[in-house]
Amino acid sequence: MKPKNGKGGRLLTFLLFFFLYAPILVLIVFSFNSTKSRTVWTGFTFDWYVKLFNNDAILSALYTTLLVSVLAAVLATVAGTFAAVGIFNMKRRNRELMLQVNNIPVVNADIITGVSLCILFVFLGKMLGFELGFGTLLIAHVTFNIPYVILSVLPKLRQLDNNLFEAAQDLGCSWMQAFFKVILPEIWPGVTSGLLMAFTLSIDDFVISYFTAGSVETLSMRIYAMTKKRISPEINAISTILFLTILLLLVVINVREVRQEKKAAGKN
Amino acid sequence: MSEKLINLENIHKDYGGKTVLDNLNLYVRDKEFVTLLGPSGCGKTTTLRIIGGFETPSAGVVYFDGKNINDVPPNKRPINTVFQNYALFNHLNVYDNIAFGLRIQKVRESEIKDRVNRMLKLVSLPDYGQRSIDRLSGGEKQRIAIARALVNHPRVLLLDEPLAALDLKLRKEMQRELKAIQQQVGITFVFVTHDQEEALTMSDTIVVMNKGRIQQIGTPVDIYNEPKNAFVANFIGESNIVPGVMHRDKLVSFCGRTFDCLDGGFAPDEPVDVVVRPEDFEMVPPEEGQLTGTVRSLLFMGVHYEIMVETEQFTWTVHSINRADVGDRVGLYLTPDDIHIMHRS
Repeated sequence: MKPKNGKGGRLLTFLLFFFLYAPILVLIVFSFNSTKSRTVWTGFTFDWYVKLFNNDAILSALYTTLLVSVLAAVLATVAGTFAAVGIFNMKRRNRELMLQVNNIPVVNADIITGVSLCILFVFLGKMLGFELGFGTLLIAHVTFNIPYVILSVLPKLRQLDNNLFEAAQDLGCSWMQAFFKVILPEIWPGVTSGLLMAFTLSIDDFVISYFTAGSVETLSMRIYAMTKKRISPEINAISTILFLTILLLLVVINVREVRQEKKAAGKN
Repeated sequence: MSEKLINLENIHKDYGGKTVLDNLNLYVRDKEFVTLLGPSGCGKTTTLRIIGGFETPSAGVVYFDGKNINDVPPNKRPINTVFQNYALFNHLNVYDNIAFGLRIQKVRESEIKDRVNRMLKLVSLPDYGQRSIDRLSGGEKQRIAIARALVNHPRVLLLDEPLAALDLKLRKEMQRELKAIQQQVGITFVFVTHDQEEALTMSDTIVVMNKGRIQQIGTPVDIYNEPKNAFVANFIGESNIVPGVMHRDKLVSFCGRTFDCLDGGFAPDEPVDVVVRPEDFEMVPPEEGQLTGTVRSLLFMGVHYEIMVETEQFTWTVHSINRADVGDRVGLYLTPDDIHIMHRS
C-alpha cells in the first residue's frame, strides 16, 4: 500500500528538510559574504577561503586531521577485515557474542567512548610515561573505526560460496595464498566500503578527538576553538569545505552500494 | 585396473561425539569411475572430503599410491575437486578461473594458454574464455568447474553432487558428457550422489552407504540385481521385500507358496528376505499365476503402469506395460531369476 501524499504530508516533509538543511545552506551562502555580517548579504567574495589557506593553525589542524584519518582508516581496515574473517569462522554462539560486543561501540555515545579512552590513556600514560597526543588520537580513531569495518566486511563474507576457501586450497594454494588470492578479492568491495566509512567517520569526529588528542588539534577541534573567540566567517568557509568533503564521500559510498546491489541482482 | 590408487583403511570420523563414518574400508582403482551413493547424512560427502584432505579421519589411514597421506594438506595432493555449488571465483573471468591452479604452480603463461584452451574445448565452451562468471548458466558453470579442476592433470577428480543443481534434462546431458570426459582424459573419478539412477548410468563401481557404513560395493548390474540387504534393495530402484524361508539351495517359500530360485548358500530352513523388482512380474490371467490378487490402484508412469496388486499376504508393486483396471483379479508369474534372496537384516 502506498500512502497518499496529502498537502499536510508534503508540508511536513518540506519542514523536515528545511530545518535539516537550511542552516547548512545559510552557512555555505555566508561563507561567500564580503563582510563579517552573518545576517546581511553584502556581496560575493572568496576572501574567507583565501584567508583560511593562509591561517597556519587551520592548515596544521587540517594536516593532522587528514593524517590521522588516513592512518586510522587503513589500520582499522586491516584489523577489522581480519577480525571479520575470524568472527565469521567462529562457532555460532561465540560469533553472536562477538557481534554484540562489536555493536556496543557503534551505538555507544561518543562522549562515553571519548571519556573512557581518555581515562585509559591518562592511566597508562602515567604508568608507561607517555602523554596524550597524536599517538593516542590515532589509537582512539582506529578503535572507533574497527566496528564499522567489521560490519561492512561481514555481509560480504556471508555471501561467499562455502567452498571457496577449499576450492583455492584444492587448486594448490597455501592458507595465505588462498586468503590473498581468492577471499580478499571476493570481499574487496566490502573492505573498500569499510575503508571509506572509517575515513569519513575519522574526518568529522570531534568528541572522541577532543578527549584523546591532548595538545594536538584536529580540524573539528579548531573550528570549535574558533567559535569560542570572535566568530569569523572563516568558520563558515572551513565548515563548508568539511561538509562538502563528507557529502562527497557519502555519495561515493552510496553509489558503490547501489551498483553492487544491481550487480548482485543481475546475477540471479 | 587392478592397482589400488586410493585405499581407505578402517576410517572412523566423529563430530563432537557423533559418529559419521564407522570403520570404512574402501579402495579405488586407477582410471575407475567410482560413485559413493546414499541418502543425505550417510557419510558420502565426508568420505570424499577425507580423500580430498579437507577433513582428517578420527582414526584410520588414507593411502594414495601406497603412501600414507593422512597429514598431506589438500594443496599438496594430486587430487582436484568439483564442488557442489561450483565454488568458481567471481572476481576472475572464465580463462583466469581455469588458469588459477596452473598459475599457483608457476607454469609458463604460453603453456597455460595452451592447456586452458584445450580444456575449454574439452568441455565444449571454446569461446568462453573472456566471459565473466556471473554471466554463465548453471550448466556452463558446471563445465568451467570441471575444466578448472582437470587442467591441473590430477590423478583423481572428486565430484561432490555436481549435477544436483541442474534441471532434469541438463542433468542427463551432463551425465553422458561427464562419462565421456572421464574416458577421454583417462583418470579416476570419485563421484558423490544421492541419485541412484545417476549412479547406475555413470559408474564402474558403486559404493552404497547408509548411516556411516558401507552397505554394498559392486558394479551397477550387481548392485541392482543382487542387493545385499533391504536398504540397498529399496534405495536402488523400487523393490518388493517379503519374509520367506530358504528350505535348501534354490528352493524358497514365501506368501504360502514354494518357488524355484537361483540363490544358495543358506542354512537349511533359514528365514530370509525375498526381493522381487516390480518390473520382473509378469501379469497373467488369475488361473495361470503363482500368486493371485486384486488390483487396488493404477498409475500411468509413461512407459509403464504402476499397479498395486493385493494378495492375501502382501500388496505387491508391479510395473507392467499392460493395463489392468482397479478391482480386476490378476495372476502374477515369476521365473527363478526374478527372485533374489537376502540374509535377514
